This record gives sequence, structure tokens and C-alpha cells, in this order.
Amino acid sequence: MIRALLALLMLAAPACAQEATATFGTGPTPFLLRSTTDITVIRPVLTRFAALHPEMTLTYEQWGSNALFARARADCRNGADPADALFSSAVQQMVWLVNAACAAPHRSAATLALPETRRWRDELWGVTSEPAVIAYNKRLLPAEAVPRSRFALLDALRETPELYRGRIATYDIGASGLGYLFAYSDSLEASTFGALMEGFARVDAVATCCSAEIIAGVAEGRYLLAYNVLGSYAINAAGRDVGMILPEDYTLVLSRGYMIPKGSDQRALAGRLLDFLLTPKAQAMLTRAGLVSGLEEAETALPQSARRPIPLSPALVVALDANRRALLLDFWSDTFHLGTVP
Amino acid sequence: MTEPPHGPHPEALPAPSLAARVLGAVLVILLLGGVLVAGSTWWNGRLAARQSYDRLLLGAARDIAESIRIQDGAPLVDLPVSAFELLAQAPEDRVYYAVTGPGGRFITGLDATLKIPAPPRGAAGTAFFEAPLNGEPARFVRITRRFVERNFSGPVEVVVGQTQRARRAMTGQLVLDAMLPMLAAGIALLMMSWVVVRRALRPLEALTGDLARRDPYDLTPMPADGLPRELQVMLGAMNRFMGRLDAQVSAMRTLISDTAHQLRTPVAAIRVQAEMALSDPGEQARGRALERLLARTRSLGTLLDQLLSRALVIHRTDSAQRTAVDLRETALEIMEREDHLLLAPGSELRLEIGEDPVIVRADAFSLGEAARNLLSNALRHGQAPVRLGAERRGDKALLWVQDSGPGPDPAVVARWGQRFNRSAGSSEDSAGIGLSIVSAVARAFGGRVETRADADGFRVALVLPAVDPPEKEPPA
Repeated sequence: MIRALLALLMLAAPACAQEATATFGTGPTPFLLRSTTDITVIRPVLTRFAALHPEMTLTYEQWGSNALFARARADCRNGADPADALFSSAVQQMVWLVNAACAAPHRSAATLALPETRRWRDELWGVTSEPAVIAYNKRLLPAEAVPRSRFALLDALRETPELYRGRIATYDIGASGLGYLFAYSDSLEASTFGALMEGFARVDAVATCCSAEIIAGVAEGRYLLAYNVLGSYAINAAGRDVGMILPEDYTLVLSRGYMIPKGSDQRALAGRLLDFLLTPKAQAMLTRAGLVSGLEEAETALPQSARRPIPLSPALVVALDANRRALLLDFWSDTFHLGTVP
Repeated sequence: MTEPPHGPHPEALPAPSLAARVLGAVLVILLLGGVLVAGSTWWNGRLAARQSYDRLLLGAARDIAESIRIQDGAPLVDLPVSAFELLAQAPEDRVYYAVTGPGGRFITGLDATLKIPAPPRGAAGTAFFEAPLNGEPARFVRITRRFVERNFSGPVEVVVGQTQRARRAMTGQLVLDAMLPMLAAGIALLMMSWVVVRRALRPLEALTGDLARRDPYDLTPMPADGLPRELQVMLGAMNRFMGRLDAQVSAMRTLISDTAHQLRTPVAAIRVQAEMALSDPGEQARGRALERLLARTRSLGTLLDQLLSRALVIHRTDSAQRTAVDLRETALEIMEREDHLLLAPGSELRLEIGEDPVIVRADAFSLGEAARNLLSNALRHGQAPVRLGAERRGDKALLWVQDSGPGPDPAVVARWGQRFNRSAGSSEDSAGIGLSIVSAVARAFGGRVETRADADGFRVALVLPAVDPPEKEPPA
């Protein structure tokens, strides 16, 4: 119970606000976009959009997902001046905000063309599609030894626990909204989740924060293998000894949620940015940045039936339920050494 | 004077046609029916949508209630995704859920700060209610699960809610599904009514066309064959009216030509006599001429009387109301007026009437004129004594005059009944006009003139259909 309260506190306190900021364009109209995406990844697309709209100055703030959620929720409640658009990978939080009537609707041919799983109430849209992958160090782990599914990973952990001890990394779900979403989706998807957690516990797996840090650890060889990291980060690091596996049993596919807060001053511009992000040109740029699909570049051919898109639906509010979260976090922290959390 | 085609007065508009009225009425009925049915469909649709989505809501609430367990003396909810997948059957709707323990203590929920104004707790375990959810109308269900455990006991309440977009969409779809066939049926009905009305009104249109094309001087009856009964009644009345008009016009024409014909000769004769009286120098001759002139003038007076009487009789037989007339009274009146003494001084007249009334339906004045003319003919041309009588013979009523002479030549009798039959040799006080009056009266009241010559003399009778006397004698 205390842990649940702690988790709530962590959720509510926007300790560190934005992690980084960038501006695009120099026009008189200010436009504020808050996102969880790394600036480096999204920069080309936003530069292009700023070029198309010279009247605007786009301020891009990069936030942690939980802090972003807390800020957006507070803005919505207090009626404060919110961001003009939100773009977050923790889509359960976006769903919560839409469910709480914090979003403004937008309709266009581009949004209506989205599949049902990537659109909710015309207030939340999934712009990207990124798989949750197993990243590994090509240098340290020979290709034939790489587990290609969760079952193979379980077997490997059982057979050679000493090889993996302390060298498996995954998100700390208490700190990362995205990590929590993946863990939650895993817990719904298959019974392998519990076995996997136990396996991770046996080999003293490391739960840590932030995709970039995990990938860097894999590239440097500190970690042999990282479970459930976003494919986009793995692709960007592909040149540096980092291999990527789409688990063959199933692969979660995340679609980052784009939302226009109800109090946005620049709703029309926010709608245009959304439509722009959905154009084939922008999608091609996002593909190059690894934010769209990336499935073709994987080393394993993934059948369509193994793809599990995380749908934008009200059922995602379960992921944010306090009791449920407490249960999952309890189970999680029983498994991992909390001491390794920075 | 011509009216401007777009006058400011509403009267200037043409009256709507019968077809337009009927179709307008049909349209109004269909529209009213449509509105009623649409209203009831909407009501039913709303009910159906409410019931189906209420079931989902209740299912979700039960799922959540099932997932509550007591851990370390406190209720804990392992929120089932299936509950929200049920709610996601309405994919566009916002959701709400809250689980509260005894005393309203918040256990878990969507948002601890969001309070839904729930109705007071009743005895019933399940309560549906409506309340706004973040400014949007929504429907909620509240169910209670009671725990009796060693370390926890008391009620735990689950409230699940959902906005109403899917309900509205379902209602709209149900109404649309019901209304589209109805719209088609309505259009079909309207078209069928159009055809039916056109068919029903076709005889009327033909009739109006005939009337519009008809010469206003044409008074012949219009053909009523093949017309609907209602129109036949109307056309029958119109034909009767036109017939009467025709009869009156021709009677007037006859009267004018008769009068001209009858008057021309006596007036010419009077003029000749007057000229003779003027030119004759002798006192004695002038006196004789004046006497002849007087006689001529008197007879002209009689003739005029008869002509007018005939015109009156013909007019009355056409227009006067038929009443029950006792022929005995007609005969008695003639007797009492003592006309016969004026016509033939010193003549003898006998009245022969019985005890029983002889009733016909006719005009008393016309009957009197007919009887007077019969009598004066008999007095003038027959032999005394003359008898006047009324009697009933079977279903016929007779009013007769009989003289003691042999009667006129049968050839003359055969020519009776024509309009007038003044032969060249007859004088102006001839029986012709009188008999034509009698014939006209007989025709007008559905009877005839009957003659009979035997040893007792010559009898002329007006034979009319008898009617039974009224049961009760009318008060005198």
C-alpha cells in the first residue's frame, strides 16, 4: 500500500519539468509542443513543418512521460494555459486525458483514414508505429545464440543464467510511463510475463530509466540484452553493434499519441501539424527516424498475426488504475532490486 | 373589367380543385401519421438503446465488483480489462468508474477528485442514473457488494458510467431504419391516392367538361348513364330543373302565339264593324252596327278571359303545390258561383254528388277552371238539362259534365285535346280553348279526358288518379 502511495506521489510530482527544449522557425505566432520524443529523432520533421509555416515559432519541449501527464492534467483541471499540442508515447495517459474531457476534437481526411486502433473520439490519434523489441549486443552475443522469442529467452535464462547475470536491462516501470505500458500490455498478452519476471529476477536483471540509456548500455556492452525497448531507439543505434529482435511469439506495436489540449490557443495550427505528420512525406521522414514501423528493417520476418498494436481505447484507463498499478508495481519490485533504480 | 393576374387579394386565387383538396388531406394525414410514428419509433429506439447499453454498463460493473478482494483487511480491486472491453462496445464514449468502501472511502477509480452526484441510496442493490460526466450527459450504474470477512465487513460500491454517444447513434440508426421504409410507403400511398382520386373524379371532370361546352340555350337533359350515384342525383335535379325551364319557356311561347292567333281575327272584325258604324249614315243601321260591335267586344272579353285562364292554369299546373282536393267540392263551388245563369239564362243545372269524398292530388284552382270550361261548353253547345257530378270509380276519380244532347260529331271529338282547334268557320267563343285547358289540366295531374255518348246524352269527364281520403277528417 505504501508503495502504491509512493508511486502516486511520484506520478503527481513533476519533479523535473522538461528535459530539453528546441525552437523551430522565427515567426510571430508561438506554438508549444510538449512531447516525450527525443529532439534528435523528431527534428527533421519539425524543421520541415516550420519551413511550411513561416508565420510560426514552434517551441519543442521534451518531457518525461509521467511529468508530462501530471502537467497536462494539472493544466486541464486548473484551466491554465496548456501546451498547444501533446505528443506522448505513454498513450494510456493520453487516453486518460481524453476521457477526462481535456482534449479538443479535430477531423480531416487524414485523421479519418487512420485505422480504428489508432484513433479515439477524433481527439486522440496514433501518429507513429514502433515495435517493442529485444535489443542485443552483436559483438558479445553471437547471432545463433540470440533468443528470437520470449520462450527462447526464458530457455536461455534457465540454461545459461551465469552468462546473463546482471547483464539484462529493461525499463523501470515505476519511473517510465512507456515501460509501465509495455509491462501492462505484456501482463495482458500472455502468461509468459510472470515467468519472464521470475527469470529476470534469478539473473539479477537491471531495471533502469530511459531508452537512450538502455541502448547506450547495450552498445557499450554493459548489457548483453535489453528487453522491451522501443525499436526506434534500437534502429538509431544500429550502427553501433546493437542488434534488434522482434519477438516471434508476439511483438507489441506502439503508436505515439497526438492530442490537442482543450485550452490550446493554436488549435488550427495543431490540427495542421497533425495532418502534416500523417502525410506520406512526413511519414517517410518518420520512417527514416525509426518512428514509423521499422518492422521491415528487423532481422526477423514478423508475421502479421504476431503484431499486437496497442489500441487507443478507453480500456487503456485500466493501465492507470491505482490498485492495478500498485499490484503490478508490487509484483515488479518483488522481482527487481530497487536499489539499482537511479 | 379584367383583374390583374396577381392581385393583392387572396380571393383572386383560384379555388383549389377537388383532387387537390383530397390529396392535400391525404398528405396531411400521412404527415401527421408520419410524425406520430417517428415519435414512437424514436421513443422505442431510445428505450432499446438504453436497455442494450445499460446491460453493458451493468456487466462491466459486475465484472469490477467480482474482482474486488480483501487483502490485509482492505478491499483491493484487480481491475479487469474485460469490463472496459465491454464498455468499449461504445467505442466513442468516455468512461467513468469508481469503487468506494464503507463511508464513501475511495478505494480506486478513474479520478479521485471527480465526484458524480449519485442519487440517494435506496434499498435496491442496482441503481441506474443519469448525470453529467465532465460536462457531457452520461449514464451510470451503481451496484453494491457486501463483504463479511474476518477482518473486513461492509458494503463496497461500484459506480460505472459512460457518455451517451453510442446510445444516440443507435437510436438515430433505429429511427432511420424504421423511417426509410415508411417514407417509401408514404410516397407510394400518395401516388396511389393520386391515381385513385383521378379515377374517381374522371366522371365529374367529363361532366364539367360537358357543362362548360354546353350552349346556354340548350335545355335538353344531360345523359346520366354510367355516372356515380351521387352525380346522378345531382344531374337528375339539374335535368328536372332544366325540364321545367324548358316547359315554361315553351308554354310562354305557345301562349304568345296562341294569343296572337286568337286575337288577330276578332280585333280585325271589331275594327271593320266600327268603321261600318262610322260610315253608315242611317240611324237604324248605325244602331245595328253598334249592337254587333258590342256583341263582338263581349265575345272578345270572354276569349281574353279564357286565354288568360289557360295561361294561368298552365303556369299553375307547373308550379303550384299539389294538395288533396275533393272533386265534390270543386263541383259544388261551380254550382254556387252560378256561372251557368250568366252563360245561359234560365238553363237548368243539376248536381250529382255522393256521400263519399272523391280525393285527388291536384291544384284546386286549375281543377275549378277545367270544370268551368267543361260546363260552359256543355251549356253552350249541348242540350238542357245539364248535369255536373263527381264520383269515384275504382282507383279513378271523375269530374264530369253531361248534357242531354247527342254530342258533337265524332270527328270533332277526335280532334279534341290539341292545343286549339278553331276551324275557319267557328266563332271566337268556340270550345277549342276551353277543351285545351281541360286537356292541359288532365295531363298535368296524370289523368285524361274521357267522352261518352249514349241514350242519356253526351258526357265529358276529367279522369284523375284517386287517392284515399285521410284517416281523420281535417278540422273544418
